[in-house]
Amino acid sequence: MKLNERSLAFYATCDSPADNAGFLYKRGERHTAYHRRWFVLKGNMLFYFEERESREPVGVIVLEGCTVELCDSAEAFAFAIRFGGAKSRTYVLAAESQAAMESWVKSLSRASFDYLRLVVRELEKQLEEMRLGTASGCGGCQGSPSSWEKKSSGLEQSLERLPALPGVLPKENGCAVWNNAPGVEQSPNTCSGGPSGEGNPRPLPLPPRRRASSSEAGSSRAAAGESPSTFCWLHERYGREVAQLRQDWLERQRDHQ
Amino acid sequence: EQKSDRRQSCLLPVVAPPGADGAALLPPSTPVFFAVLKKRLVKLVVNFLFYFRTDEAEPIGALLLEHCRITKEEENVFSISFIEEPERKYCFECDSEEQCQEWIEALKRASYEFMRRSLIFYRNEIQKITGKDPLEQYGISEEARFQLGTRKQ
Repeated sequence: MKLNERSLAFYATCDSPADNAGFLYKRGERHTAYHRRWFVLKGNMLFYFEERESREPVGVIVLEGCTVELCDSAEAFAFAIRFGGAKSRTYVLAAESQAAMESWVKSLSRASFDYLRLVVRELEKQLEEMRLGTASGCGGCQGSPSSWEKKSSGLEQSLERLPALPGVLPKENGCAVWNNAPGVEQSPNTCSGGPSGEGNPRPLPLPPRRRASSSEAGSSRAAAGESPSTFCWLHERYGREVAQLRQDWLERQRDHQ
Repeated sequence: EQKSDRRQSCLLPVVAPPGADGAALLPPSTPVFFAVLKKRLVKLVVNFLFYFRTDEAEPIGALLLEHCRITKEEENVFSISFIEEPERKYCFECDSEEQCQEWIEALKRASYEFMRRSLIFYRNEIQKITGKDPLEQYGISEEARFQLGTRKQ
């Protein structure tokens, strides 16, 4: 089966922080000898390299639909990644210490996309329940997880301006600076805006939440009693603020040129 | 509801990247389209986009959807391109504009990195309201990957 291997290799070696990394012994597929490899866990993928300095991974294990468990082996600190299904195989790995083994088992068993999505949906539901609170209803909003996916444009704009670090550009699927690369088409759906191909990306203004003082947060909760304090309302509000900020920023860019 | 299990028919033109198979005479920034449209079944599963021949059960290939860009092209068409090779576009033609928009929305949210940012966002919002970290009940509040401000992308 074909894979976009260059993209995989890029993801493995780019400078986004790994969720776990270290040396592990991997039992061979055909022979039972263990080989020491450098492992890097990013997202739901466990890459392994011949050596720590290798430029490309030797292989990758996609951690979906698997279980991670300790296993009996002559090798100390061994654990296994097991997949169900007829054509499945089991990967046996061994760490170099008890602590390392526990750390790996823990991070691998929570690495799947499904697990992350479960947690996200749960938090989303919690937040929505808080917004609905004791309000009798939500004008026009279904209040179900699917409403987030339909009315997401405001939220996506907010998400793409997360207050992680100042100067963080809006992202799509985790690529930041790339929006300004010359020759890349600017899609109307992106939030990047502004001139491109100038070389250094310009930092965007901080998202509205940063500027909100605690009194404003308090007053927005007080206002919840009057208008429906729902997720939709939150989208609307942030969406408008973000659109205005973006407009201001674009105008400022034009003035500077 | 389960967007991760979408299965749709899309026409997938085969895009020959400049520089491969000896078609290297054009400058690398020029996208080259050999518009051979092939009908494929396309299935989005977690952060992978699998594609199948319409009568086969095993996929012929998959695209990892991290560090990629989803772009609306002309009518009914969207493309996926990757950060390390931005001039190469994988184009998909859908049956309708509505289907095209649905796919674009689904694919933009299909990366692990997007999920992670969503989690950090919700965690932060809930903590602001309740004063408590909602991840504590899952025992994952200390994990580096869920901390605000540690992502350097």
